[in-house]
Amino acid sequence: MDESPAGTPQGNLHELTHRINYTDIYVLVTPSDLKLDPLVGKVSDDGAGAVATFSGVTRDTFNGKGVLRLEYEAYEPMALKKMAEICGEAAQKWSLKKVAMAHRTGLVGIGHPSVIIAASSAHRADALEACHWAIDELKARVPIWKKEFYEGGDVWKENAESRQSTTQQQ
Amino acid sequence: MKIKVLFFARARELAGTTEAEADLPEGSTAKEAMQMLLEKYPDLREIEGEEGKCVLALNQEYLEKNATTALKEGDEIAIIPPISGG
Repeated sequence: MDESPAGTPQGNLHELTHRINYTDIYVLVTPSDLKLDPLVGKVSDDGAGAVATFSGVTRDTFNGKGVLRLEYEAYEPMALKKMAEICGEAAQKWSLKKVAMAHRTGLVGIGHPSVIIAASSAHRADALEACHWAIDELKARVPIWKKEFYEGGDVWKENAESRQSTTQQQ
Repeated sequence: MKIKVLFFARARELAGTTEAEADLPEGSTAKEAMQMLLEKYPDLREIEGEEGKCVLALNQEYLEKNATTALKEGDEIAIIPPISGG
């Protein structure tokens, strides 16, 4: 994978850009609030007829229990590497102009985005399908952990689709 | 031979540290490194004990369960409990 780190990491902010199969890729892991507009900006392209986005937002209940807050922890360099790998694979599966993926770390208030994915393509099917596939892959193989805090306790969550190996999903 | 070990999420809480250095005989495998870590941090058995709960990453790549790759001086091993990003 021809990764060419751009943007020098600043503070606690870590990002990576590269280009695969004529697709520009941007990934970010950050302790700051995620916003949709800047990520959509990363995938804007004059040749794109479609921009699809997915936002994963923290919710206030799990199995009827009230969730007070959530905290994310990442193995940052590996998370960035795996996110870039997923975006690169998406660029090989679909015809994308640009794809961007961002994930939060640290405390995330209820109702805030913890993950955003954006993809642009000439035609809508590519961007839509790529976003759907990319979030499933992120949940399966990007080394990030979520702890939910309830009244009187907390628990590290486990994704049902957690598939921590190098094996490709068919 | 010295390697760096990283602990995340529940593994970090059980080990009581985010990072440690392990001194292993030349040619040790990741599995042997894990055995040594379990002796040093017995609380880690809580997550390692159940089959398939935890995996290891070597230099930021997941290792297969039965990998026999020999570790090298300066390698970075990470204990990866079940992930929950998204």
